[in-house]
Amino acid sequence: MDNLTILLDAPILSLQLLIDGLLVGAIFALVAYGMALVWGVMNIINIAQGEFVMLGGYVAYFLYRAGIHPLYGIPLAAVLMFVVGWVLYRAIIFRVVDRDLFTSILATFGLSILLQQLANELFGSDVRTAQSGLKTWFLFDGQVTVAQIKVLAFVIALVIGALLLWFLKRARLGQAIRATAQNARAARIMGVDTNRVYAMTFGLNAALCGAAGALVAMIWIIQPFLGLPFTARSFMIVVVAGVGNIGAVFIAGIGLGVAEEFAGFLLGAQFQTAFVFALLVLILVWRRIRLSRQRRYLS
Amino acid sequence: MTTKRTSSLVLGIGMLGLASLAAAPALSAAAQDTITLGAAVSLTGKYSTNGQHTKNGYDLAVKLVNDSGGVKVGDKHYKLKVIYYDDESTPARGAQLAERLISQDKVKYLLGPYSSGLTKAMAPVTEKYHIPMVEGNGASVSLFNKGYRYLFATLSTTEYYLKSALILLDEEAKARGKDPSKLRIAMAFENDPFSRDIRQGVLDEAKRFGMKVVVDDKLPPELNDMTATLTKVRALRPDLLLVSGHAKGAALVVRQTHELHIRVPMMATTHCDSAKVAQKQPEASEGFLCASQWDRTLSYKGPWFGTAEQFAEAFEKAYGYAPPYQGAESAAAVLVFVDAFQRANSLDPEKVRDAIAATNMQTFYGNIDFDDTGKNIAKPMVLYQIQDGKYKVVAPSKWATAKVIYPLK
Repeated sequence: MDNLTILLDAPILSLQLLIDGLLVGAIFALVAYGMALVWGVMNIINIAQGEFVMLGGYVAYFLYRAGIHPLYGIPLAAVLMFVVGWVLYRAIIFRVVDRDLFTSILATFGLSILLQQLANELFGSDVRTAQSGLKTWFLFDGQVTVAQIKVLAFVIALVIGALLLWFLKRARLGQAIRATAQNARAARIMGVDTNRVYAMTFGLNAALCGAAGALVAMIWIIQPFLGLPFTARSFMIVVVAGVGNIGAVFIAGIGLGVAEEFAGFLLGAQFQTAFVFALLVLILVWRRIRLSRQRRYLS
Repeated sequence: MTTKRTSSLVLGIGMLGLASLAAAPALSAAAQDTITLGAAVSLTGKYSTNGQHTKNGYDLAVKLVNDSGGVKVGDKHYKLKVIYYDDESTPARGAQLAERLISQDKVKYLLGPYSSGLTKAMAPVTEKYHIPMVEGNGASVSLFNKGYRYLFATLSTTEYYLKSALILLDEEAKARGKDPSKLRIAMAFENDPFSRDIRQGVLDEAKRFGMKVVVDDKLPPELNDMTATLTKVRALRPDLLLVSGHAKGAALVVRQTHELHIRVPMMATTHCDSAKVAQKQPEASEGFLCASQWDRTLSYKGPWFGTAEQFAEAFEKAYGYAPPYQGAESAAAVLVFVDAFQRANSLDPEKVRDAIAATNMQTFYGNIDFDDTGKNIAKPMVLYQIQDGKYKVVAPSKWATAKVIYPLK
């Protein structure tokens, strides 16, 4: 409760937590876009989501080490991870895409362990960072700080979200993706190459994660085992926002970011993640109650 | 064609037989003169970096001892050999491998694994079989309050890790005419056995000086953001910030205090060297204090390697990087065994154990003298400060080569 007193005494801190939460949440949203897509279109919950983020982070890191500005890592990680995602689909995921959810969860879980250990073997378990060289803005006499790289991450997440929306609505492939999501069999009959759509969707997901990972390397730290919290967060975001709604994913993402910051401040860092999952349970219970009420009206 | 092939095959088999005949006596003679040590270290998994440092430390010491004639027990010279297994950074695997080393490979002396968690898993096994284990990488104080008879550690145990920061703060405050009991501490420690022990040590020391703990956060193991904790630190303006969360905790606190522009007069963390903060984040890490077991600039000197600096040079030559303290304390563990074999004048594990317990020597790594519980009480923790991108030893004052910069701006 001491922490609450601090917050009430210095309300400016709430602003700091709010800003950080919003900015950080956008990165969670960026990771969750892809999960929503893959879940919605392919009915696969990708447990290796966080590992794609991790690999994207290493792209930015190695670019940085080669003396190239890590910001270029964002597009490069996206492109490379698209290829990785596409190859993984052709090698592994296509075998489980039509099976039940449990099979694909197991497959992607295995994939996540494989990628972790592979990264550990290739890059070592050392903690890495890439320096973006961007500065920090100081507001209110230095009481509130805003890291420019986080603002950039927010903008990128927003822009990518908008592009994704446009792509799904207007682009030919986007339409094919939506058609496949609605009814894969019907889409196939209408001449959509669903296998290609799946491969593209999975690649797109990996690309989004890769871009997010490059940002993570510049904002926090990367190491081969950072994946799980990102997988868990994006799972939570998609559960809350629903699989077919990019806008809702963005809102849920930044909401999660803000909730985490405040929980971390008020309850202590040890409860930051625990709080988020407690929240998930509450939301699911609340949904269930609401659903059962609707059902009553119907009957 | 066929006959030709058959005949060459016969010839090959015959040569093989001859070779093995020739090799057999040589092999068995070598086996007689070898003392085999066993070790399970983390070569894969989350401890793989430090596990490799551990193995390198062992290998370097073993090679040096063998190259300089081996271990003299009675009038015989023995070569050292280490059987390694990869424990995959998981305690359950570590315990299995300890069993395997002892019951299958018939190893009678064990070198420790990396990390307290793995040591904790393996110690009950070595106790069961009465096999002495000297380790350099399990620092948790909880390893030494269970009454283990066969476990010995060359390093300082965890409760000492950040105590020296409080002592330093107390000294500096007094020198400026400030009352230490007015000082306030913010701390964020990972919630694992290692950091919990450090926290307990800090709490005890804070009580002794009458300092007040104003932030006491526990960091989750999947730590990737400290903004919430640091925002609290900014609000409360403490005099000392302490962080312990392995390499990721160090890398993160350095990055985020800089980014959020949080300046505390004194900031200390563990694992600076494994996180390489001075090299990778030179601007952000300036002024940070880092707890360390050992440093190459210290004036320790002992048999085999010579001075700390000479050890460092040998390590660099062999592996191409400067030795982190994990390498040094591991090499020291091998030296403890060598010393004990020679003093025990026997290879009986029980006699070797007693000799280890009676160890009292100075090495390149510092003085080694085990108390009744098996921990080394003769070597203090060292505190570095990052000054102009270099690690400078600033505490304890007895070994310090540089003056601490305090308060930080």
